Amino acid sequence: MEQATPIISFKGVNKIYSNGTVGLKDISFDIPRGQFLVVVGLSGAGKSTLLRTINRMHEITSGEITVENESVSDYKGKALRLLRRKIGMIFQGFNLINRSSVEKNVLSGRVSYYPTWKTIFGLFSKADKEKAVHSLERVNLAEKLYTRADELSGGQQQRVAIARTLMQDPKIILADEPVASLDPLTTKTVMDTLKRLNQEDGITVIVNLHSVALAREYADRIVGLRAGQLVYDQPIANVAEGDLDQIYLAPEGEKA
Amino acid sequence: MSTPTIPQRSWAQRYHVKGIGWTVLLLVLLVASAQMTGVNVGMFFSNLGQFTNLLVRMSNPAWDYTTVIIQPLLETIQMAILGTTIGAAFAIPFAVLSASNLIHNRWLRGLTRLFLDLVRTLPDLLLAAIFVAIFGIGSTAGVITLAIFSFGMVSKLFYEVIETIDMGPLEALESVGATKITIIWYAVLPQILNQFISYFLYTLEINVRASTVLGYLGAGGIGVFLQRSLNEFNYNQTAVIILATLVVVLVIDGVSNHLRRVLL
Repeated sequence: MEQATPIISFKGVNKIYSNGTVGLKDISFDIPRGQFLVVVGLSGAGKSTLLRTINRMHEITSGEITVENESVSDYKGKALRLLRRKIGMIFQGFNLINRSSVEKNVLSGRVSYYPTWKTIFGLFSKADKEKAVHSLERVNLAEKLYTRADELSGGQQQRVAIARTLMQDPKIILADEPVASLDPLTTKTVMDTLKRLNQEDGITVIVNLHSVALAREYADRIVGLRAGQLVYDQPIANVAEGDLDQIYLAPEGEKA
Repeated sequence: MSTPTIPQRSWAQRYHVKGIGWTVLLLVLLVASAQMTGVNVGMFFSNLGQFTNLLVRMSNPAWDYTTVIIQPLLETIQMAILGTTIGAAFAIPFAVLSASNLIHNRWLRGLTRLFLDLVRTLPDLLLAAIFVAIFGIGSTAGVITLAIFSFGMVSKLFYEVIETIDMGPLEALESVGATKITIIWYAVLPQILNQFISYFLYTLEINVRASTVLGYLGAGGIGVFLQRSLNEFNYNQTAVIILATLVVVLVIDGVSNHLRRVLL
């Protein structure tokens, strides 16, 4: 079977927190370019940590992670910022700047293309301002350009966050529980948007989810984490109904 | 299945021993410090007559004095605005360096805070006396004193505000690949601007009052006139000065309330 060259690769990655808690344990797997990967697992299984090690929002203790064949662990300063620029991130809590307009929030996704002083004076090029409108059009929110972010509903805020990410021209999007605080209807809108970006732009998307049903609906491939270990990894065609139950078994001695 | 057991609280938890203990300790400290410093509450009531006497003598404000004090009052306001602005401007970078959620380096933070504590320790009257000695009698000494006083106070208020912000937007900007300064500008500033302005105006209000006292030392403004009227036992003039200052404080308070409503 022929595999596309991986865009992200984990090689024996371990993460131990300073208090001794094991975050990730000997994780090794590849993510091919353009894949829609869903990571499932209990709260505290290490899903968020796994995601954040890719753009170095979290450091790893040992092992190696490569993005486009380059090890990310040595990046510092500008190189690290350039790595992060090509990796968009979506959060459970949306993380918009509530008091600022939707436009400013979306443009803030572009700041890494400008020197610091230009971002401070808001000196974005006309092309980028048009790009912001275009990004909002792609999430169907162009009419909210000048609305304050905190006046939007949760689903709309998450779509603004996606538009912000699009401003980065990302090759990868990491979404950490993007729909955990949304109702079923807005959940579908947000997940559909992510799927569309994956298919139309070929962006590699990695999503952490609680819901197995959602995972099965959207994923190309599902991996399962339990207590920091990779316990499941199958393409969607091979995922069987009862398969994922084992991921959700409580760890030994901690029966709920 | 075993029957669910209700967790037991210890004897100390049940009778709130800790809370009661701290309250008693505080009361003891309060009474002890009153006794040791010789504060006599009885004297306050027995000498209340003199206080009313003073109020009676001030109860007939010399309104024609108003025209005399408008100029020095304006000078006081200008001093306060200048001093507060300079102090607050310098306070912002120090507040950022002191905020534990932005600066993870314990030493840098500790050093900055120690410096701020030192600045706050210096009494404003001492500062005024020093700067009057250096720059001579006049408002320059007053402005510098107020700037330093505001700097110490505002930087503490500011960093406490910064420590309460939502860290989510910072994480988002960091993940975008923004520089530290851009992160602060985009994700921190909008969250704190409101309270910054509110604290700025509060400090301005304090400085208007403080500068009346600084005038005693020759640091310019309305204080010079306050001192003169008191020395000459012209309490009717003192009353006008106090009322005029009250008007200024009320105006600042009004502006502050309005701005907070508008900016929220």
